[in-house]
Formats: sequence, structure tokens, C-alpha cells
Amino acid sequence: MNLDLLAALVPALPLAGAVILASLRRKLSANGAGGLATAIMAVAFACSILLFMGFDAATGGRTVKLLDWIHVGGMEIPLALRIDALSLTMMLIVTGIGSLIHLYSIGYMHEDERAPTFFAQLNLFSFAMLMLVMGSNFLITFIGWEGVGLCSYLLIGFWYKTPEYNYAARKAFVMNRIGDVGMVLAMVLLFQRFGTLEYATIMDAATGFNDPMMIAATLFLFIGATGKSAQIPLFTWLPDAMAGPTPVSALIHAATMVTAGIFLTVRSSVLFELAPFTQDIILWVGTATALIAASIGLFQNDIKKVLAYSTVSQLGYMFVALGLGSYSAAMFHVTTHAFFKALLFLGAGSVIHALGGEQDIRKMGGLKGHIKITFITFFIGTIAISGLPLMSGFFSKDLIMAFAFEHSPALFALLLIGALMTTFYMFRLLFLVFYGAYRGNAHPHESPLSMTLPLMVLAVLSVVGGVLNLPHLFGGHEAMKHFLMSAADGISNESLELSHTTEWTLMGITTALVAVIIYVAYGRFAQQATLEGNEAEMPFFKRLIAQRWRVDELYRALFERPYTWMSANLFSIAEQRVMVPIMTGVGAAANALGDGFRRLQTGYVSFHMLAMLGGLILFLIITLMSN
Amino acid sequence: MEEGIITAIRVVPLEHYVLLSFLLFSIGAAGVVFRRNTIIILMCLELMFNSVNLLLTAFSAHHSDPCAQVFVFFIMLVAAAEVTVGLSILVMMKRNVDSVDVNQLNRLKG
Repeated sequence: MNLDLLAALVPALPLAGAVILASLRRKLSANGAGGLATAIMAVAFACSILLFMGFDAATGGRTVKLLDWIHVGGMEIPLALRIDALSLTMMLIVTGIGSLIHLYSIGYMHEDERAPTFFAQLNLFSFAMLMLVMGSNFLITFIGWEGVGLCSYLLIGFWYKTPEYNYAARKAFVMNRIGDVGMVLAMVLLFQRFGTLEYATIMDAATGFNDPMMIAATLFLFIGATGKSAQIPLFTWLPDAMAGPTPVSALIHAATMVTAGIFLTVRSSVLFELAPFTQDIILWVGTATALIAASIGLFQNDIKKVLAYSTVSQLGYMFVALGLGSYSAAMFHVTTHAFFKALLFLGAGSVIHALGGEQDIRKMGGLKGHIKITFITFFIGTIAISGLPLMSGFFSKDLIMAFAFEHSPALFALLLIGALMTTFYMFRLLFLVFYGAYRGNAHPHESPLSMTLPLMVLAVLSVVGGVLNLPHLFGGHEAMKHFLMSAADGISNESLELSHTTEWTLMGITTALVAVIIYVAYGRFAQQATLEGNEAEMPFFKRLIAQRWRVDELYRALFERPYTWMSANLFSIAEQRVMVPIMTGVGAAANALGDGFRRLQTGYVSFHMLAMLGGLILFLIITLMSN
Repeated sequence: MEEGIITAIRVVPLEHYVLLSFLLFSIGAAGVVFRRNTIIILMCLELMFNSVNLLLTAFSAHHSDPCAQVFVFFIMLVAAAEVTVGLSILVMMKRNVDSVDVNQLNRLKG
């Protein structure tokens, strides 16, 4: 089998699917469109697996050049795909989890009249995401980068008849654009320095430790990453993005698109290694995001909002890993997070589906008897994200925490607090939704097989996902790290030098505290369902967190209001008092002038003759005078 | 004989021709501008043509350059054509506004 052809097929299939579905969207039934889209993703997944099987990590990777794209002067940018350990990992995640979510969407969207459009956009998203991870240079990645932004906008605003959803979609789009400016600037700087945008060439040629230009380029790359991966200060769009249909939240806003920033950082790990200043910033931004987002998650009452803040928080952990230079740990957490967060979102979707659209956890409860499969899988997702021993989240989060401890125990303590908050809000969610007595008035029913099947597959993956990178401590040999080492040079620099005793102790502390937190949550939410009352009655600090640290209000005060104020003033002063008088003045002057000259047109032939004669004489006089 | 005419023309100084032409041209121009009867205007136009012709001929004779006389022929030809057009306009005007007063044609008034 021709591997180059296979590599080209992986992004080409979803693109073809998107085109076909979009053009036939009025003819296809919801199930037909869903089936086609899912089949296409499954084939793309199969291609990815074949590529993975045929891949030899020792060769370091290959570049598949499809065609010359830009060839101007010294600038040469081919349309080429890079197949190496990193892109293969991401391809497997995107197509694998993507297929499951497509399958799930058949059940979730079967009543929506615009389902074929939905599947077309979902396929288009997969294409863009694959271009992002497979591109062999920054520009191809940037095409995918913009493409996923566009699809995210389209899918968040999929139910466009609700004005708030449109607002959420625009917010996501604008926030992403801010990040994109950073990415463009980074590309310009890198091109100026290296004369190319090819990853392989740049990474080989990169030199200059602590070079200001390198710091600037990596900082701009990081700004791009904060936009896509919802880090401080650009994280507020992600919770609002939950306006989209739940499968979209699972695919785009949990498993794939938001990891683009992490992918980009790992891709450029060599550059980041040269800029310790940027790494420190990443570290602290990641930590702050992890903690702040987790604290907001504690008080949310919308099932999807809890998960959204949880996603932001987990992405913060990944950035902490990147800031510490442990790229393989970040990618490992990307992978396991993709499993359990997709599972949790799809589970939440199943709950919402069962309750006919209800998202408020205060109106749920006692659902474990009604929707058994959803309950069991959601339970598995919850313990996986909380990091209970031997679950996938346990290994990946623990690896990051171990690296943090090696860096400084204080950082470890902060991350531990974040992890405990994660456990608390996840179990709060679990208990409030599935335990106690039912507080709503719908008739819960289990979802169809097309929805529960992906849940079961993801649940299995969430449990066993840890073996992908099983640490030495548990008899593994960090398979994923060694696999990824061939692709990202930064990985070879990382090594964890903690003694086994320390590692056991850290795990012991974490696990014990997690168990305590679960016990507390059980008492508060499973046995008596403590519901948060009115925000106005809360003490100040608690109210501040419940109101999401008022970040949205802060941005509104800092950017939106001054902008509106400026626009209003520009309108009333610059436009109405300056521009309008000038413009109407010019018009009035022309009118008056015309009015004056109109009188010359008397209609009398003799007058015209006289004028002609006068003009002629004037002309003669002037000609003679000038001579 | 040719020589005789040229000599005859040269008898009168050039300045007089210029002055006569100027006067004729001015009378013609004044007539075009101030008269209202279209027929008179056409005649005044002819007067202006011919004043120019006279001037050209006089210069030609005084400078012994026949080129100017070629111009005169052209002007006479064009004037003949112009008169036919002018007179047809006059006929149409009479038919349409029942008058030969140019000031009746004032529909282009702005």
C-alpha cells in the first residue's frame, strides 16, 4: 500500500465528505447523512491506523509533498503533509474520537431538520483539524488553525435562531482571532529569521539561547495557543461555546480543537527550549488557568458549563507540563483527556437527551436507575478525570504533578489544590445528577445504541488509556514518550529524576486527599443534595467565584465599554459634527455652483455666440500676451 | 496677366487690407451676435468668411506665396456646404416655430 497516498487520503476523505454532504443537504435524510459522515470518518481512522502500522519511529518521519503552493522569490511553501510520531498521535485521536462522536451524533441529531448541514460542518471540522496536525509547515497548520476556528464558529451558532448562541459564536470567533494575530506575527518573525516555514528546517536550524527574537517568536506562538486552547486571558469563549450541540462540545471544545495550542507548542518544542522566559510564562499562565477555571467549576449549575470549566482547567495542566518542558507528559494528558472528556461530554449529552433538553443540574437527580449505561460510563469518566488509581487520568495527571514537584513543591501544592477541586466539582456533578431523588418533571429514557456505543468504547479507553505511557513504577516503559521522541526534539531533554519512594509518596498523598474529597462530596450532594441558593446571599468571596471571577464583566469594562464609548463618541463628534458637515457642505457647494452656472444657459443663440466670441478674444489676448 | 493682378493688389499697402478685413469681420461678428433674424445671421457669417478670404489673398499676394490661396478655395467650398446646411435649418425652423427669430429657439434654457 502506498503510504503517501494513504496520508493524502486522511484529510481528503473528510473534505470530500463535507463537500458531498453540503451539496446534497436538502436530499439526504438525517440518518443517511450521519451514516455517510460516520463511514467517512471510520475510513479515515482506518487509514490512520494503517499509516501508524507502516510507520517506523527510527526514521523520524516523512514529508509527503502534494504540490508546490507558493513559490515567490526566496519563499517556497509547498502543500505538504508531515507524517511523524506527533502528527500520527493527533491523527489517531482526531479520527478515532471523531468517528465515535460522529456515530453518537446520528442519535443525538436525528430529530434536527438541519442534520445534514451539521454533519457537513462536522466533517469540514475534521478536515481542518487534520490539516492542522498534519501540515509540514506553519502555513499549512495555519490553514487548519483558521479552518477549525471557522467550523467552531459555525457549530457553536448551529442553532442560530437563538440570539445568545449567535453571541457565543461571535465571542469564540473574536477571541480566536486575537490569538491568531499572535500566530501570524510568530510566523512572520520565524520566516524573517529562517527564510522558511517548514517545521523540520526551522527546528534543525534553530539556535540562539535566550535570543530576544526567539523569545518574541515563542511568546507570539503562545498567544496563538492561548486563543485556541482557552488559557488566561482568552479563556472566556470556551464556556460560552457550550451553546453548540453537545457532540460539538465533545469533539471540538474538549477533545480536539482546544488541544491545537498544545500541539503547536510541542511541534515547536525546540524553539521553546531556547526561550526559558517564555516557558516560565507558560508555566504560570497554565497554573493560574488550572486553578481559576477549577474554582469556577465548583459553583456552576449547568451540566455542560461544569465540564467546560473543567476542560479549561485540564488544558491549564497541559500548559503547566509544557512550561516545565515535559512535552510527552502534555501529549499524554491530551490523549487521556480526549478519552475521558469526550466521554463526559457525550454522557452529559445523553443525560440532556434523556431529559428532553434540561441542562440545569438542580433539576436532575436520581437518574442512575433510569439511564444505567449513561450512569456507568459517566461514573467511569468522573473517576478517570479525578485521577483515581489506575485510571487513565491518574497516570497522565500524576506525571505532570511529578514533574511539577521536581520543579518546586509549591507548584505541586497548587496543582494538587486544582486536582482536588476537580475531584470535588466532578463528584458534585455526578452525585447531583445521578444520586438522590429526581427533582425535575421530565420522563427520563435511555438513549439509542448509536449514542451508548460510543460511550462504552470511550469508557473502556478512559480506564485503560494509561497503558499508553505506563511509567516504570508500574512496570511499563513510557511507550508514548519514546514514540514521540522521534518527532519532537524537546522531549529528549526531559527526564524525571525523582526516587521511587518520592513518587509513591506523592501518589499516596494525592490519592488519600482525593478519597477524602469524594467522601465530603458524597455527604454534601449524594445524601442530601445541597443546592446553591441565591448568589446575592453568598459571602463576598464565594459570590465572586460563583460569578466566574467576574472576568466577563472585567473584559466588558476594559474593552467592550471603552470601545462602545469610543464608537459612540466617534459617531456623535467625528461623524456627526465633522464628517457630516464636510460632506453635506461639499454637496451643497456643488449645488450652489451649479445653480450659479445654470444662469449662463440662457437659451438665446446670440448670447452663446457672444460668449464664444468673447472666449475666443480672451484666448487670443492671452496667447499674444504670453508670447 | 497674373502678374498684373498681383501688382495691382500690391499697389495698396498691406495695412489697409488688414484694416478692411478687420472691419468686415467685426461687422459680421456684430451681426451674428446682435441680430435676431436667422437669414441676416447667415449672411453675416458669409461676411466673416469672406473677410478672412480677403486677408488671405492679400497676404498671399504681398508675400508671393500661393499656399494661402489654396486655403481660400477650401474655405469657399466649406462655406458653400455650410450655407446649404444653414438654409435647411432655416427651413425646418420656419416649419416648426413659424418664425425666423433665433430667440424663439430657447428650449435649452437652464
